[in-house]
Amino acid sequence: MNQFQYLRPTKQQAAIEALARTPNAQFIAGGTNLLDLMKRGVLEPPRLIDINRLPLGKIERDNGRLRIGALALNGAVAEDKQVLERQPLLAQALNAGASAQLRNMATVGGNMLQRTRCSYFYDTAMPCNKREPGSGCGALEGYNRMHAIFGFSDKCIAVHPSDMSVALVALDATVLISGPKGDRRLPFADLHRLPGDTPQKDTNLEPGELITAVEIPDGPFTKNVHYLKVRERASYAFALVSVAAALSLDGNTIKDARLAMGGVAHKPWRLAEAEKSLIGKPATEATFRQAADIAMQGAKAFKHNSYKLRMAPNSIIQALKNAASVA
Amino acid sequence: MADENPEITPSGPPAGHNEARRTFLKQSSVLTALALTPGPLVKAAEAEFDEKVAAAIEQVPLRLEINGKKYKLSVEPRTTLLDLLREQLHLTGTKKGCDYGQCGACTVHVDGQRVNSCLTLAVMQDGRKVTTIEGLADGDKLHPMQEAFLKHDGFQCGYCTPGQIMSAVACVREGHADSEGEIREFMSGNICRCGAYPNIVAAIQEVKNGGQKV
Repeated sequence: MNQFQYLRPTKQQAAIEALARTPNAQFIAGGTNLLDLMKRGVLEPPRLIDINRLPLGKIERDNGRLRIGALALNGAVAEDKQVLERQPLLAQALNAGASAQLRNMATVGGNMLQRTRCSYFYDTAMPCNKREPGSGCGALEGYNRMHAIFGFSDKCIAVHPSDMSVALVALDATVLISGPKGDRRLPFADLHRLPGDTPQKDTNLEPGELITAVEIPDGPFTKNVHYLKVRERASYAFALVSVAAALSLDGNTIKDARLAMGGVAHKPWRLAEAEKSLIGKPATEATFRQAADIAMQGAKAFKHNSYKLRMAPNSIIQALKNAASVA
Repeated sequence: MADENPEITPSGPPAGHNEARRTFLKQSSVLTALALTPGPLVKAAEAEFDEKVAAAIEQVPLRLEINGKKYKLSVEPRTTLLDLLREQLHLTGTKKGCDYGQCGACTVHVDGQRVNSCLTLAVMQDGRKVTTIEGLADGDKLHPMQEAFLKHDGFQCGYCTPGQIMSAVACVREGHADSEGEIREFMSGNICRCGAYPNIVAAIQEVKNGGQKV
């Protein structure tokens, strides 16, 4: 690990200024991803700004919204009474991620900002446009079974690894941001970006900006929800494909729906057209199959991940069946 | 010494020599930082930092309570909690397996919560209470989870065992030990390459069902 300067601000503004003053400085919160990357030499920040003393850990509800502080721990959010009551899909997604120990360390802000687990990004001996712009993409012609089937570019085919983010994008969350130019709100769907020609940029955060909270509007998705995560072992592995499904049912009729996928793109992948196709229809396998077909339009596989072209639609159908309790 | 619970400063190079060097480096790094950055920004920012650690790059003061003993320490910021425990304090019960948060061998409790000590910097835990496997037993009386691991043969080589036991105690305390399935899910952060999982689950179930205070 490189040497770095360690700072521990107690005021938000001081943290933001400290970040803005040093190129490549990093905030550290839980550290579970950042320290992993630093130990491997993938990141070498000259300055770490420990934000754990900032008062950003609250979970509160006001004005029909659940506001979760950026420093709230993943484990605490997954067990929070209000979260379980109002947004059970988020709790399910959080519990599907990492291990109990890591969930006690990882924060909500850090979870959404975690970097891809693409092995070419992690291996400093390999080319990677995300780690070293212009060096090429090792995965494109390499071992790409974990990689994207949507929204990739010829510069990067990595996927975003967060489960929590798949639920947040489905639930129309908003990110609260504070930065050198003041505060702003950003729809969660616009936080992450597609790789295009600049895969080194994971998000649309500006330099020096700090995520302070995420807000989720109250909705009807308190009962018929399911987060399905398909992985290589029963627990504690990144998703091959995951699906966040939320339904609002009137009898057997779908009144409203939310759908998003993980493990398939550079950002959490909202399935807006598939959602629309569900509304007004009976909650049956046939309906779900049609939605899955719509969701998969435009999918394209690489040499080793064509299994995702079948796994993804099947996962959508299964997640919706589980959400609706359809056998 | 133990009666009064004094702060422990582990022995090392002569303190005077070290202190002088530390002070010099700390001052010089602050001065360097000041020299390189615009004045008003530094003033506004530095005033709001935890002063003890402002601009430290070499050694950072750190206070921790570990297994009921208070420690007054000085660490390089890069030191993980795991390396502090093992290398500086010689509490080698906590194991280094992967060092990347994938195996759980380094599991300890910080303020009662189980965490991977390899993926957190020691300085980030300033002021917190740490419990390691060495702090679980009550003198010669083993913790019920330690007894249960012995009884059910919850290990073969034993390398993952301290982490398994720390995690298992937390698993029961959290209320995530109600079924075999739940135990397996909430113990998934602790890998055992000998494959003692069925016995580990049995040990946890016995402690859970025994109703003893853990």
